[in-house]
Amino acid sequence: MGLACCAIELMAAGASRYDISRFGAEVMRFSPRQSDVMIVAGTVTYKMALAVKRIYDQMAEPKWVIAMGACASTGGMYRSYSVLQGIDRLLPVDIYVSGCPPRPEALLDALIRLQEKVSKEPVLAMQKRVAE
Amino acid sequence: MKAGAKTSPQTTSQELAAKLQAQFGNLLTGPVEFRDELSLSLTDPERIAEVCLFAKQSLGFDYLVDITSIDNYGDDPRWSLIYHLYGYGHLCYLRLKTEVSEEKGELPTVTTVWRTANWHEREIYDMMGIRFLGHPDLRRILMWEGYPHFPLRKDFPLSGKPTDVPEVAFTNAAPQAGGPFVTVAGGKDAMAREPRGRNPQADTPDLGTGAERRNDPSEAHGPPQGQSPISPAKKE
Repeated sequence: MGLACCAIELMAAGASRYDISRFGAEVMRFSPRQSDVMIVAGTVTYKMALAVKRIYDQMAEPKWVIAMGACASTGGMYRSYSVLQGIDRLLPVDIYVSGCPPRPEALLDALIRLQEKVSKEPVLAMQKRVAE
Repeated sequence: MKAGAKTSPQTTSQELAAKLQAQFGNLLTGPVEFRDELSLSLTDPERIAEVCLFAKQSLGFDYLVDITSIDNYGDDPRWSLIYHLYGYGHLCYLRLKTEVSEEKGELPTVTTVWRTANWHEREIYDMMGIRFLGHPDLRRILMWEGYPHFPLRKDFPLSGKPTDVPEVAFTNAAPQAGGPFVTVAGGKDAMAREPRGRNPQADTPDLGTGAERRNDPSEAHGPPQGQSPISPAKKE
């Protein structure tokens, strides 16, 4: 979900210099149906919030969320009437990436940490979570 | 720059403002000049469309740069509307101001004159709640339909108010945590400049003359201090 200026760094992370495909995450889907992880990159306004939620709901289990940047994590500098104060108020977030915007390296680090987290998740617990 | 681009004989904002005033008499007060730009005040907001139509058709103001609104909270009339006009034929700016009281809260649209006014007026309606009579499509433009407040009004809190329109959007009040955090331009070091929760009246550092409003933008850098980097160094 490229929502604001963090999407520029997200694109940089996907381009050849940082090359997110080294970590097997290069296929940016434009459909939520085949996705495993949602990177919320940027400011989530209240007007956009339920659309983000709807896309998350359309993703198939199992699924993970990375909140990229200060705005997606906490609302960032926008203590405002129009900005959701962190996407974790709507979705369960696995990894928060600090930065405004984060460097591509930070996003790649988040991906590696997410992979570590996934590798440690017990499979049966995951199935239980899906069943709920 | 301006002189080269002009094709018609030299026209100035002063002449155009005088022509507009000659047409509408004492409806228009001014002109007030600030930084080479002229402002005219229209005493009767009901006739804004008429004045704008004349300005476009007879004076060549074919470009409406912007419409803005000001909330003079606590004063009467509460709303000020400012129309920025420009003409590509004569390359002159003119500013029209008018005021609307809070009880009335509406004035005629100028979409009949410039179609670009459509979205400007929608934004003013969205943020301030001033209505434009005869506007073809007066809906909210940034916030969603059903949002009950007008967020740029002075009596609306910065952190917002909780609302909920099911299936569309919701809002909550944002935590301020000691804010709003304001920056002070011209502080001596990063500690003085960085955004903090402060009282803008009491906490403004002593900035000397540097923070005064300048009428001449060319004074912005002040008198030259010391040697220019390209001039030869003096021998001591």
